[in-house]
Amino acid sequence: MLRKTFSQELQQLRDNTVELGQIVQKMIFQSVQALKYRDIQASHEILELDKEVNRRRFEIENQALVLIATQQPMAYDLRLIASILEIAGELERIGDYAKGIAHINIRMGDEPLVKPLIDIPRMAEKSCDMLNRALQAFLQEDEQSARSIPAEDDEVDALYIQVYRELITYVIQDPTTIERANWLLWAAHNLERVADRVTNICERTIYVTSGVMKEISSSDDEFKALQ
Amino acid sequence: MSAISSLRDVTFEQQLALRQRRGKVLEVIAFFSILLGIAMLLTLLVDVTLDGLPWLRPQLFTEFPSRFPEKSGLRSALQGSIWLMVFTALMVIPIGVGAGIYLEEFAPKNRLTEFIEINIANLAGVPSIIYGLLGLGLFVRGLGLGRSLLAGALTMTLLVLPIIIVTTREAIRAVPRSIRLAALALGANEWETARDHVLVYSMPAILTGVILAMSRAIGETAPLITIGALTYIAFDLRGPLDIFTVLPIQIFNWVSLPQKDFQSLSAAGIIILLALLLSMNAVAIWLRNRLFIRW
Amino acid sequence: MNENHQYILETRNLNLYYGDFLAVADVNLKIPRNKITAIIGPSGCGKSTLLRAFNRMNELVPTARTEGEILFNNENIYDPSIDPVEVRRRIGMVFQKPNPFPKSIYENIAWGLRINGFKGSKSELDDLVEKTLKDAALWDEVKDKLDQSGLSLSGGQQQRLCIARAIAIRPEVILMDEPASALDPIATLRIEELMQELKKNYTIIIVTHNMQQAARVSDYTAMMMLLNHEVRSGTVIEFDRTETIFTNPKDKRTQDYVTGRFG
Repeated sequence: MLRKTFSQELQQLRDNTVELGQIVQKMIFQSVQALKYRDIQASHEILELDKEVNRRRFEIENQALVLIATQQPMAYDLRLIASILEIAGELERIGDYAKGIAHINIRMGDEPLVKPLIDIPRMAEKSCDMLNRALQAFLQEDEQSARSIPAEDDEVDALYIQVYRELITYVIQDPTTIERANWLLWAAHNLERVADRVTNICERTIYVTSGVMKEISSSDDEFKALQ
Repeated sequence: MSAISSLRDVTFEQQLALRQRRGKVLEVIAFFSILLGIAMLLTLLVDVTLDGLPWLRPQLFTEFPSRFPEKSGLRSALQGSIWLMVFTALMVIPIGVGAGIYLEEFAPKNRLTEFIEINIANLAGVPSIIYGLLGLGLFVRGLGLGRSLLAGALTMTLLVLPIIIVTTREAIRAVPRSIRLAALALGANEWETARDHVLVYSMPAILTGVILAMSRAIGETAPLITIGALTYIAFDLRGPLDIFTVLPIQIFNWVSLPQKDFQSLSAAGIIILLALLLSMNAVAIWLRNRLFIRW
Repeated sequence: MNENHQYILETRNLNLYYGDFLAVADVNLKIPRNKITAIIGPSGCGKSTLLRAFNRMNELVPTARTEGEILFNNENIYDPSIDPVEVRRRIGMVFQKPNPFPKSIYENIAWGLRINGFKGSKSELDDLVEKTLKDAALWDEVKDKLDQSGLSLSGGQQQRLCIARAIAIRPEVILMDEPASALDPIATLRIEELMQELKKNYTIIIVTHNMQQAARVSDYTAMMMLLNHEVRSGTVIEFDRTETIFTNPKDKRTQDYVTGRFG
């Protein structure tokens, strides 16, 4: 087979991307766990992990650029490398969302949670599961999976609405909780954004296999529900 | 605008037909030239064959020349021609090929070498009788060899030498420089490169050149007459210092005799001579086809 | 000690002349061991001249003259006591136009071995020829026709035969002067693939006018250019890892060349 070295380097790049994805997945999950059980130490560890994520993201970008400059990738190879550049960016932002949740936990300090967390961990679980499967779909080049995952974004959106409504109720009952409710809402918002990022990753996977770049938009129910 | 369109419509079409006709004329002239050449050649061959064919019998090869055409043969002439070729070849091949190799491979590129090269090329064009005069003075009289086969062979060597040197050099030059570079890059020295590559690959061309040069020499008459090859030898050749005759001289002798039968005998001699020439050329062509390297 | 082992070849103040004309000026280059180093640059800037200095092949031009040193494993190959023949056994060369000997495929490889003093049995020679052809990724294609002429092969195969011929005598360095420029794209890629394999055991220096090839295949790149328009001497203006040369070169002239803006 020709261009064996190049093929190996592409595989390496894929593997590094998926590895990065697994790290940020872990970060999301752990940041929400830390928030649920008020583990400040764990949140600090998340902040450290974010530095690793940034470093890896730049490394993947650099590797991708070197391959473009030296190997003249065409067609599939070119789509793959371009998509990896995008996906690495998406993953890095997911890492930032985890960092945000960690920051929230640290800022809340000793103050108790407004309410025990149920839906927020569910959002985290759902988003992480979507991310995991999206990364697998990317690795296996499974276009079908990549097409079906974005629809589950609706579930996450639904959970977000629920969290929103519930927190509003608490604030109306006891206005002093407004600040803490706001933190939690922000954390939920971050998790909702994670699901959106996963959708983008799926779009990129479809682009790699089919060459078609198409936005998969989630339903507009989110906005209707808020009215 | 209108001037251009009128050019396009009118002038070019006519030119095409005219040019075609001109080309055709040239083709016809060339065709007739070759027809003429072939016709002359055929006439010669047919005439000689018709005349000499009846005289192609074993006696032609076994008998010495005599006053009686029925008893005449080419025995002594053939011996002379063949042995002359053998001795000439034995001398001219080492000297000629060696000189060619030296000049092409090892001689330094200076004015002296250039001077030698120019003169060798000139020598190839000198009329053969001059070589006869040289042989007469140098070998027959100077070295005291008399009118011997050896003197004849030495003279022919000088005659054929320039051709062989030039052919050898051309053959060596035909070997691409890239082959030498490849051999040198493998850690061979100049001598090993010459021995295992340059000479090996140029050998077919050198051989062909030698055969063609010898086939020219076999037909040479004037220089041999000059050094004294006799026209009437009635005994077998006894050694290189013996007197001798050659095929063309014998043919010439018979042609000058009045009897019609001797004319026909000379035609038979011509057939033999042509056969020898053709077979030498055939060998040269066969060599070229079998051994030449298609770079 | 470590530094010495890292660089198999080193030029010091190397100046290459043809008569009075200075073709290559003041080159100080360190060639890393077991890596592929590419020499790139516009035509006429002395790339081939520089390459041929490494195995003293430029001496075959009568007016050629070398000043400075080239150290091979820390010995100057231009020292008067060194025989160029010995240098060429250890630093081999593959040429632009494939030039196999018009001998059999077997003989092409065997001749170099014999010249360099191979003393072994016929079966040992057979084994060595087989191994060499395998190393050059040619064995499968020629194993049934070893006695056929080297010229009967396709262009790409001929070039691989020339590579086999060169590596048969186990040099330490292989110099390649535009080895694929006479070949079609597929044959070119096969040669590049072979080079990646070969660099495990050899150091390779390749001159190429094809920038993309240099980018694909080399680990290090030397950028050569004329000093200026009046003085037509070439020199190495930048030497670095290939990734750096093609993503972030330090010299603006290098950048202009690799981005195709060089006039």
